[in-house]
Amino acid sequence: MSELKLTDVAKSYGPVDVLKHIDLDIEQGELIVFVGPSGCGKSTLLRMIAGLEKITGGTLEIEGQVMNDVPPAQRGIAMVFQSYALYPHLTVRENMSFALKIAKRPAAEIDAAVERAAQILQLDPYLDRLPKALSGGQRQRVAIGRAIVRDPKVYLFDEPLSNLDAALRVATRIEIARLKEAMPDSTMIYVTHDQVEAMTLASRIVVLANKGIAQVGTPLELYETPDNEFVAQFIGSPSMNLLPGTITGTGQMTTIALEGGGSAISAIPTGTEDEGKQVNIGVRPEDFTLTDSDPILSGEVDFTEALGEVTLLYFAKSNGADQVIAKLPGIQRNLRGQQVSVTARPEKVHLFHNGLSMRK
Amino acid sequence: MTPALQGLLTIIIGVSGCVGYFYLSNQFLDKVLFPPRGPNAGRNINRANMIRPWLFLFPALAALGLYLAYPVVETLRLSLTERVPGGGYRWVGLDNYTQMAAEPKFWEAMRNNMFWLIVVPAMSTGFGLLVAQLTDRIRWGNFAKSLIFMPMAISFVGASVIWKLVYDARPAEQDQIGILNALYIFFGGTEPQTWLTVPFWNSFFLMIVLVWIQTGFAMVILSAALRGIPEETVEAAILDGANPFQIFFKIKVPQIKTTILVVWTTITITVLKVFDIVFAMTNGQWETQVLANYMYDKLFRANDWGVGSASAMVIMLLVTPILIWNVRNARKEME
Repeated sequence: MSELKLTDVAKSYGPVDVLKHIDLDIEQGELIVFVGPSGCGKSTLLRMIAGLEKITGGTLEIEGQVMNDVPPAQRGIAMVFQSYALYPHLTVRENMSFALKIAKRPAAEIDAAVERAAQILQLDPYLDRLPKALSGGQRQRVAIGRAIVRDPKVYLFDEPLSNLDAALRVATRIEIARLKEAMPDSTMIYVTHDQVEAMTLASRIVVLANKGIAQVGTPLELYETPDNEFVAQFIGSPSMNLLPGTITGTGQMTTIALEGGGSAISAIPTGTEDEGKQVNIGVRPEDFTLTDSDPILSGEVDFTEALGEVTLLYFAKSNGADQVIAKLPGIQRNLRGQQVSVTARPEKVHLFHNGLSMRK
Repeated sequence: MTPALQGLLTIIIGVSGCVGYFYLSNQFLDKVLFPPRGPNAGRNINRANMIRPWLFLFPALAALGLYLAYPVVETLRLSLTERVPGGGYRWVGLDNYTQMAAEPKFWEAMRNNMFWLIVVPAMSTGFGLLVAQLTDRIRWGNFAKSLIFMPMAISFVGASVIWKLVYDARPAEQDQIGILNALYIFFGGTEPQTWLTVPFWNSFFLMIVLVWIQTGFAMVILSAALRGIPEETVEAAILDGANPFQIFFKIKVPQIKTTILVVWTTITITVLKVFDIVFAMTNGQWETQVLANYMYDKLFRANDWGVGSASAMVIMLLVTPILIWNVRNARKEME
């Protein structure tokens, strides 16, 4: 049975739809990451699960029980906020025990729960400090500790790392991954706009766009077999190149004549009825290789960025097409201003028709 | 010359006088006294910059000294002297204070002031907090707030006149124009009461006037403080299972504690100085005397400058510690 189930969930503010037709099954023990561009409603969806926003359509079930109108505290969830939301006037210990005190649990049980959480998060030395005497990373740990103490069925994280600096973000990300491993039975939902966090933490990623779910899948599924152009371009950095063309040969291998003059072969099979269709081929920058014959793209390198481990080539834009970027391994010198031809292996060439993948 | 024109002229002269002072004194400092030229240019610039703040502060300091510091010293001196009939003063030490301490009216004023001190700040802050919280989320909250804030714009004497009408009593056979008596009769009271002459309780009727005025002040400050509480802490408390009362008392109030203290002490200071309301409504009769009105009685009615000044010193001694505490709290809040 799924731990948390969303069925046709919708959110609207008056006549304005923010989210609609959200269907999602989350199993116990999963770490689900919601990603999407700003304003796609990922935080709103999380807050609806938490009970901080009203669900205006559909049902939310946790362990088979409809939760739409259950008060937040009784849903069996705990939330970690982006701004930590620690109670500034309470010590770390009081912050972590607040929920249990409100629930009138026995003091011994509260102490045990706080001690256990403090131990997991290495917060023992700080238990009697006020939040203002803690660093950003420690505050975030207290916020997580406050969630652990409640022993919820589902943990909700709302961009928990956004307020930390880059180095601390990486460290805390690993800590959250460890925490998840230490509590394999707990279910977590994690909202972020950072796809690195999504790729590294998630057991499954939910990409939200255009008021709905664009695709759900494991990180590598989304990377290797995106369902649509949006997901293809959203996952991966720099984003996938899209090149317009026409299908000229069908079968197990599909041949595409590109508008830029090149041609491509994709390992995605097509039927005879597809011949002549206008499509976009998608090639990730890192899948491009230098070639001498049958290039997908041949053009002048407008600009290069040498990052040491890789070199990014920016091709000159031709007649309104999108900027094409190739990521070549290692250091490539003296390519700027040169004519360069690149191609990609057929299994790395994605095919999109009307924005949707042609992979069956 | 019409008074309006006179006033305008005064304003023009005053303002241009101020501007002229700052401009000309600054010019004098830079051009004549320490010009940034010649062999000592660097030293001159430093000196000019050391003097400049004092130059600009001087008018304010002089005015404060003349109208605040000097009167305090002079009052202290007066409280230790006695006027000799026919002119002149005589040093009497603490005689004025001992004489004052022997007067029951002084102790009545002290006692009433203590009641005022407890009741008015507590009720004003309490009501202000209540209103600030209740009006925070409702659509007509701002309208309600402006209504409650309005008494702040009324002078104490004006408010006293309004409330005197509220407590007004007419002979039993006439219609009651005082709303309190009207209600009292309506709910079965037989005789209209002259509320302001009922000892002990009449002080509280006077306090209500000040509460009515100060609630608006407390509300505005506390409302801003409540809005400043991070919304996430409230949401976190909701998720932790706190009910609205627990959120208010355990999450919100502790977070605005310093603001509540500042509001409380500010009203306390106003209360210690309360004069107009008592003066206009009962003039200290029927056991409603307070310190400020007692001081006024002694100074200007009894012409006893010695005891009057002594009571002024008592008020100052009572206000000063609260004032210092208030400023400290306000500073802490700004951090």
